[in-house]
Amino acid sequence: MYRSQRLALKYFAAAVVLFGVMTLFGLSSAFYFVHPTFLLNTFNFNTSKILHINTLVLWLLMGFFGSVYWFLPGETGREVEGIGAAEVLFWVFCVVIAVVAAVFIVVQYGPGTEFTLWFINQGRKYVEAPRWAAIAIVVVALVFAYNVIASTVKSRNYSGILMVLILDLIPLCVLYLDAFPRITNMSKDLFWWWWLVHLWVEATWEILIGCIMAWALMDLLGSSRRVVESWLYVEVALVLGTGILGLGHHYFWIGTPRYWLGVGGFFSALEPLPLLGMVIHAIYDAGVNHMQASNRPAFYWMLAEAFGNFIGAGVFGFMMTLPQINLYSHGTQWTASHGHFAFWGAYACGVITVIYLAVQKTRGCSRLDGRAWKWSFALLNLGMLGMVGALLVAGIDQAFFERALGGSTWSAFVALQHQPWYTEGMWARFLFGLVFTAGFAVLAYDLITLGRIRGVEEAEPVKAAAA
Amino acid sequence: MYTRDPAFWRAAAVSSTLFMSAVLVILTVNTLQTISIGGSNVPTYDVINRQITYAYDPAQHEYVARAGGEELLFGRRYTEKEATALVARGKLVIQSRACMDCHTFFGNGAYYAPDLTRAWLDPIWASEYPGPKRGAAITAFVMHPFRIGFHVMPNLHLSKEEAQAVVAYLKWMSAVNTNGFPDGFGRAQSR
Ligand code: HEC
Ligand code: HEM
Ligand code: HEM
Ligand SMILES: [Fe+2]
Repeated sequence: MYRSQRLALKYFAAAVVLFGVMTLFGLSSAFYFVHPTFLLNTFNFNTSKILHINTLVLWLLMGFFGSVYWFLPGETGREVEGIGAAEVLFWVFCVVIAVVAAVFIVVQYGPGTEFTLWFINQGRKYVEAPRWAAIAIVVVALVFAYNVIASTVKSRNYSGILMVLILDLIPLCVLYLDAFPRITNMSKDLFWWWWLVHLWVEATWEILIGCIMAWALMDLLGSSRRVVESWLYVEVALVLGTGILGLGHHYFWIGTPRYWLGVGGFFSALEPLPLLGMVIHAIYDAGVNHMQASNRPAFYWMLAEAFGNFIGAGVFGFMMTLPQINLYSHGTQWTASHGHFAFWGAYACGVITVIYLAVQKTRGCSRLDGRAWKWSFALLNLGMLGMVGALLVAGIDQAFFERALGGSTWSAFVALQHQPWYTEGMWARFLFGLVFTAGFAVLAYDLITLGRIRGVEEAEPVKAAAA
Repeated sequence: MYTRDPAFWRAAAVSSTLFMSAVLVILTVNTLQTISIGGSNVPTYDVINRQITYAYDPAQHEYVARAGGEELLFGRRYTEKEATALVARGKLVIQSRACMDCHTFFGNGAYYAPDLTRAWLDPIWASEYPGPKRGAAITAFVMHPFRIGFHVMPNLHLSKEEAQAVVAYLKWMSAVNTNGFPDGFGRAQSR
């Protein structure tokens, strides 16, 4: 095994730990909605939610880094260039995350000064980490980009996947610089903030996971490189062709000019197309392989990724992307419904796929199957579907009563808290969150024990032994 | 067929990305003019010296924010420079307390607490504290929040000076034009 792949395993382990932390803070965040005086003035909702969404971003980034470190040596046929620095920076990354989390938990917020932004909290959604930590993350990301670029150059294997990946990593890193400025004018602040949020998740991350899933497909199903690379190009053409100007669906109501209603509505309405294409691709591959693969968990999580990406991002995003609807759905639980489903489908499922592939290789299982993964697959997806369903109902209720009828005033917000569909939705979200958490526990158990304590035998179905 | 050739799709990927990026850059240049301070949608910070209204405009078919005659905040007339410093301070306080991880601003943020886009004009403040008293009332609230609904706002230990800066921020923000969001603001109360 390459050192790079050993590093990948570390990244996967850290990602799964953070996934667990994120799930717990998701649960606590959801609890405030049904019991608002929970830890009031001691540990407020916003702190809980900051920990939830920042660990979300971080565990996915770690999962992506791990996936690339996992596949890169196979693609280039050599050890990753600069692997020593990458190994050191993994630990730096972990320490930074631990310190930031500790400060969020203990200090929480600071006085209204630059000091707070540098050392405690920047207070901008998803990128709350203080500036010093953001600088550290930039360094980690730059070394990661260097690893990929230098290894490619040294190997002289300019494959399609590697070229797409390299060209994608540049804007991905540059956009992160958006995590630093402090802009008084809220319109401008949000204008640039959306470059980071939207152009990450609906453009650069979408391409990055496309590269990772392309490798995973070749690894898992032995798909031909020519076909996989063609699909990747189609995906880039459509994702960026629609997603770059689709950015406009966040520029309806922040003080930006009116033409964004047309531009953003039109292009973002086309954004589901590439995601539909990926579903078709997945169904085709599944059919060709008669739903069989040597690694069943990875195979099922890959299908979940394709469907989740299309339905969670494509369909749920489309529902509220036209300005006529977004005027009322904007900034409601409806948004949260889509946000959860999309992140889960597009990214979380993809990272879990690669982790299962890595587990199979490192634990020497010729086939991977069993019972535990089925339970975790079912509980996690059921929990997620239940949560986004509950949020969708609550969100439509909120759009109707608080936004459309109530006119988004304080008293409209207060009145919403007495709408049965809304309050029940908040309870249902919390309960399905518990189901999701149970699924996470089984997933962690499965990943830790598979092919180890439980032995390869159990991981291997009886039929395979006979074959 | 040419569609089976990856090079065809590679060309499509490169050209669509470059074209769309170029359009985005052009629109960005234009948009930044509109949303700069003093641009057509975003008032200068000394708007905090004036009365702000947000009402349905039949000609534009949507709610429009307007700045009217003088209505001083905290009984003071701020110069443009003072107003700019005060509002900038307000933004810093808002970030330091992560208000946006409970509230939304222009509908962006978290969904645990009411939208603050037009908080300055909220009927609860506007009806109880018309005119000059409103600034002091909201200042007192953000320093020592009281509860009217199911959710509660915690005490975030703002000093008086910090709270006043935040209120100036909210007043400035309520004058930004946002293509009619939030729609129908205050309608339910005025009926
Ligand atoms: C922990 C969550 C939380 C944080 C953080 C928070 N708020 Fe609030 N805020 C609330 C809740 C909940 C309400 C509604 C209270 C009620 O309905 O009784 C509220 C109400 C308000 C109101 C009155 C509503 C209106 O429309 O006028 C204002 C103004 C306000 N908050 C400003 C702020 C500012 C400024 C900050 C940051 C310094 C902030 N809040 C931080 C939760 C929060
Ligand atoms: C993987 C892809 C995607 C992910 C991870 C994703 C995630 C998110 C998240 C987290 C938000 C909330 C942002 C916030 O305010 O904090 C959001 C908002 C939004 N998304 Fe997506 N999204 C994806 C794709 C799409 C697509 C394809 C569409 C349209 C077809 C779409 C339409 C929207 C719209 C309109 C909003 C704004 C909601 C509002 O006004 O409050 N998204 N998305
Ligand atoms: C136990 C499971 C989970 C629970 C109970 C939960 C709960 C919550 C809560 C209460 C919020 C705050 C929403 C608000 O501001 O009103 C939130 C935000 C968010 N969560 Fe989760 N979450 C869970 C799992 C996840 C997972 C698995 C993901 C992604 C893979 C995720 C992604 C997000 C995102 C992107 C946001 C911000 C969305 C937005 O503001 O629009 N969460 N979550
Ligand atoms: Fe978007």
